[in-house]
Amino acid sequence: MSGSQWELPPELCCRPMAFVALTGLDVTYNAVHRAIWDAFCANRRADRVPISFKVLAGDHEYPKCRTKRTSYEWYIPKGILKTGWMNKHLNLVPALVVLFYELDWDDPQWKEKQSECATKVEIVRTSLQGRNTKVAVVLIQKKTPLPPGEDLVASERASSLCNACDLSGKSLFVLPHTDHLVGYIIRLENAFYEHAQTYYYTEIRRVKSHKEFLNKTTHQLLFVRHQFKIAFFSELKQDTQNALKYYRTAYSLVHELRAHETNMLEIKTMAGFINYKICRLCFQHNTPLDAIAQFRKHIDLCKKKIGSADLAFEHTAWMSKQFQSFGELFDEAIKLGLTAIQTQNPGFYYQQAACYSQDRKLTAQQLCQAGAVCPIPDPLDTPTGGLDFYGQRAWRQGHQSIDPPDPEKERTGILALQIKERDVPHSELIIALLSNAVAQFKKYKCPRMKSHLSELLDYVMCDYRTERWWALLTAILSTALRCSYLMANVKDYMTYCMELLGRASTLKEEQKSRIEKNLLKVLKNEVPDAEPDCEPSGSSAAAALWKDRMALSGSNEFSIEVQDYVPFIQCKARFLAPSFHVDQPIQLQVFLRADCPHPISFNKLSVSLSNQCYNQWCVVEASGQDTMLLTPGETSCFSFNFVAKTQDVGKKIEMTGIELMLGSGRWVFLSWRGAGGDAASAHEALQASRSARPRGPGAGARPEGAWDALTIQHSTMIISRVPKISVQLSHQPPALNNEMYCITLSIQSQEEGVAREVRLTAGLKPGQDANLSQATHVTLDRGQVCDASDPALLPDIPLGDLNPGHKVEQRVYVRCVSTGPRVFLFHVAYSINTSVDGQEIDCNCHKDETIAIETVEPFEVSSKFVSTKLEPLDRVVVDIPFVLMTDLLSSSPWPLLLHSSSLQLVTMATCTPHPLSQLEQVVLQTGECASECFCLQCPSGAEANGTVATGQYVISWRRCPLDMVFYLPHVESKTLTVCVSNPASPELPSFGRVRETLPVRYHIENRTALVQQVEMAVEPSDAFMFSGLKQVRLHILPGAEQQMLYNYYPLMAGYQSLPQLNISLPRCPATDTHTLRRFLPQRIFVKMHTGQMVHILAVKSCSVCLHYDRLLSSPKVESWTTRPSLQPDGLAPRDTHSLLRVQLQIQRIDWRLLVHLAFVSHCSCTDFK
Amino acid sequence: MAVCIAVIAKENYPLYIRSVPTQNELKFHYTVHTSLDVVEEKISAAGKAMADQRELYLGLLYPTEDYKVYGYVTNSKVKFVIVVDSSNTSLRDNEIRSMFRKLHNSFTDVMCNPFYNPGDPVQSKVFEGMVSGMMVQVS
Repeated sequence: MSGSQWELPPELCCRPMAFVALTGLDVTYNAVHRAIWDAFCANRRADRVPISFKVLAGDHEYPKCRTKRTSYEWYIPKGILKTGWMNKHLNLVPALVVLFYELDWDDPQWKEKQSECATKVEIVRTSLQGRNTKVAVVLIQKKTPLPPGEDLVASERASSLCNACDLSGKSLFVLPHTDHLVGYIIRLENAFYEHAQTYYYTEIRRVKSHKEFLNKTTHQLLFVRHQFKIAFFSELKQDTQNALKYYRTAYSLVHELRAHETNMLEIKTMAGFINYKICRLCFQHNTPLDAIAQFRKHIDLCKKKIGSADLAFEHTAWMSKQFQSFGELFDEAIKLGLTAIQTQNPGFYYQQAACYSQDRKLTAQQLCQAGAVCPIPDPLDTPTGGLDFYGQRAWRQGHQSIDPPDPEKERTGILALQIKERDVPHSELIIALLSNAVAQFKKYKCPRMKSHLSELLDYVMCDYRTERWWALLTAILSTALRCSYLMANVKDYMTYCMELLGRASTLKEEQKSRIEKNLLKVLKNEVPDAEPDCEPSGSSAAAALWKDRMALSGSNEFSIEVQDYVPFIQCKARFLAPSFHVDQPIQLQVFLRADCPHPISFNKLSVSLSNQCYNQWCVVEASGQDTMLLTPGETSCFSFNFVAKTQDVGKKIEMTGIELMLGSGRWVFLSWRGAGGDAASAHEALQASRSARPRGPGAGARPEGAWDALTIQHSTMIISRVPKISVQLSHQPPALNNEMYCITLSIQSQEEGVAREVRLTAGLKPGQDANLSQATHVTLDRGQVCDASDPALLPDIPLGDLNPGHKVEQRVYVRCVSTGPRVFLFHVAYSINTSVDGQEIDCNCHKDETIAIETVEPFEVSSKFVSTKLEPLDRVVVDIPFVLMTDLLSSSPWPLLLHSSSLQLVTMATCTPHPLSQLEQVVLQTGECASECFCLQCPSGAEANGTVATGQYVISWRRCPLDMVFYLPHVESKTLTVCVSNPASPELPSFGRVRETLPVRYHIENRTALVQQVEMAVEPSDAFMFSGLKQVRLHILPGAEQQMLYNYYPLMAGYQSLPQLNISLPRCPATDTHTLRRFLPQRIFVKMHTGQMVHILAVKSCSVCLHYDRLLSSPKVESWTTRPSLQPDGLAPRDTHSLLRVQLQIQRIDWRLLVHLAFVSHCSCTDFK
Repeated sequence: MAVCIAVIAKENYPLYIRSVPTQNELKFHYTVHTSLDVVEEKISAAGKAMADQRELYLGLLYPTEDYKVYGYVTNSKVKFVIVVDSSNTSLRDNEIRSMFRKLHNSFTDVMCNPFYNPGDPVQSKVFEGMVSGMMVQVS
């Protein structure tokens, strides 16, 4: 037997199919026969009946049937199952022999052919002597047969042939060799299948019939054998349900056998076979749980049946095979559609199989001595080259008693087996099983299970490290260390040592101590001591390898990335601050800490930074022979200082790596990326942050908490030097819309050196609303009003050098053309020389000041149209003067000086040729209002009944002189039908006197193209007597004018109503007499003759009259001071200036109020000073 | 009674693991570690259904040749794993449940200790004593 002694025999593993032998076919030379054979064996899909066909010669010798035993009384079985039995019934003993014979019903030589056929049948029968095998005949015919019953010749000849061959009618078939060959073949097959079923049924009956002869004491083996046979025949019969039943019985019978050391293997082998069959059938019946249950039971029953202690490896090998074959069955079932789950998948069985293989390897190593020589003759050789019964020993086949027949033979036999075991490639078997298992676990999502089995140690270590299973990591590391020792892989060896010495390792102190000594040896380029648990032979080979390594010079420098491990030297580094000013030295600390049991020395520590020119400052090296020492459990701190370069201002400096050099003779560079830390430190830092108390095993002794709480600061910013200047801003908020707002900036130097190239950037701070930059303009030039071309931000205004303690001032003008808040930025930059750590550096400093300024409207302007009598107008009349009144209401918190104001008219014409601004030099306080009147006239050319543009009102004002433009509202104009008089003519004097005639002349003008009839009547008044036409009706031609003269005689002083003149146009009733009345004077002031009061009143009225006069667009308004008529009697003006002032003062206060006061005489004298 | 009892942190590293001293301790570490596969699978399967009303007891995780592994997950995703000998057929599901409940209560007490920092290995003597009571007594 080969090394695969434990493999299940193929006849056990295949699916049993009925065996049908075909004879009389010449498949080599006869094309027709070939076609028939091909039709039988080609395309055997699942829908065809399960038969295995074989072509045999007509005189083929079938296995001889032993003579039937009539009594079992003296029979002692030699074993459970013969090794050839299954094969015999699968491939040697047919259930049916089919004889193919070419014969047509109408064959001319029918008689001869019939007897030849009968002879052939007889030959077959003879060779099947004693078997129940059926025989059938198939006639190959060239002609298509007629339907049954119609061909009389055929039926007659068929029955004669049956008689001649001693066949039943059911066993004779006709195969017409025509187009439908496959169809005929399939029908034939089905008929064969039925015959085969019958055959196996009788076989089962035959085996069962033996049972009554057996007794329980001597024939136990036969019980098992018979049940197995019945089950196997049932399987051949495709009766799997019953087969399963019989196998189960057989299985229980196997375990009832008396087991002892000599037959243990046989029992186990058979149990394994039967178990295999049961599980296979269970999976086939789609009852996987039954299969699993059976298998568990099987394992439980057999686990303890180890058998001979000297051959313990046989048991483990067998167990392994059990698991493996179950796994394979399971896997096969899955391929056929079974669904496995995470906890039940073939992987577990493969894993267990591997486990047993490992055990097998161990026991084999223990039991099989290396030096033994195979005994001659080989006790395993048998005369037949194989065994008669499954699971027996070659040297004592058929032996069934408890004690071995020959102890000497037994000993050599065992020895021979042991020697054979020695040559088995265990590891390959284990690896194959494990990789099977890994593949399965991958399929069923068991990453951890997978890593448990994985043979690639490095990957597994990584998994365990990230999951923080230190015990497992330590176990793997120890294995890996052994491997690397045996392979003399220096770098790996050192890496594993370092991690095993680290804090993640769960090794005991003395083991760590041993490993550290080894590591130190390697660092000195010496050979380390062998790892324990290594085979001595391996160790010696390894030692030789190490010696070779030692001799190899040039490969004595190693760089080990330790970031992803948990190395025995921990490293953390930090910048002392997250940012440094460029004029400060940058400080950096590196903390090192060893976790190994003995102190360790190192030669060099270096930090690399993102800007490599600083690297030179961050190195510490052992000088000469003495090295630097790290004491276990103590934190060593190394500080480095360096000065940043000025061009790095605003940049980040990062630690890119830390390197620690160890060793003498062999150099190892431990390198950390970034600023140190390792696979475990992040978690430790997190835990440390949760609690401030010392932690970890032996927490009290070591300041672990302090170490864990050390945080890594791997980068720092270099920021510019702190400026030593003060920047002060003075201004008067809020800014007024449109003004040139002045901000004074004063810079005072507190530097010790000269601040060179002071530059100012001033203006709107970037990053605000985009519209603000369009509505803000900045300039340094106060001489001109800035416009849209000026920028919102003035960059880099040079201010020259600034000596220590000196001060410089700069004014900046800002014009905001929209209201709202704005933030302004003033950025002062300069450069200065300074020294840091003895190094002269040229620093740039800057200081930023920002101010928020609110912009408000300086005043509100409103305007309205009134008649010359100050009545509000909603429309104006063409050619008739009217008054435009403007009001300026100051909303500025600061006083405003109105510089000038002017009207820029579009269609309207002013009645005053050169109107003077009445607001000139007026100062408005907060909340005060300044009003102005303009007498305007709508020219007749203007569109009648349409809207007419008035023009612009321009105000020049300051805190800073500026022009402002306001658009005045449009007003409607209309043409009057008739215009009555011109009341402003000199015909009505400005005042009257009590009891003095007051002549009043009305002019009535017809401005239409029609003759107008006018009715006039004067209503009497208490204050006046009058003479003239009291009531008159007259006609006025187009364009003509009529004058009416009245002499009024005032009776009372004061402000009196004139007698009311009523005018009506009977032909034109639609005319608004009210509109006409507006043109008529309605009141006049009547003076008294004497008294101070009168004088003041006169002054008042005078001033009012003046004003009034101007409003009525007197042509003499410029020279009013010299106008004699305006100098009232008895009151000589003191001088023109005082009068001017009086008027101005009136103007400044509310104009309307004054008029009112003047007229009602309630004004106090002080108002007129 | 149990042959191994383990408490696993939310991040799947062991907070506490204790096994009977007679057997290979490492093997239990492996068993517990590999059982986390099943635990995670079960949690993710249950998590989808209803996160709040999840049963803490996960039942038999997987039977190995020699041991049965049972799992339990607290609401804060701390896992308890109990390994019992497969030969010990007297232990019923209810008893396993009550063992887990006891373990959970005791672990809650540990967490309530103001000097215990969550995430640290459990070193409480009371907890240790309770676990010892649940372990197979080895003479």
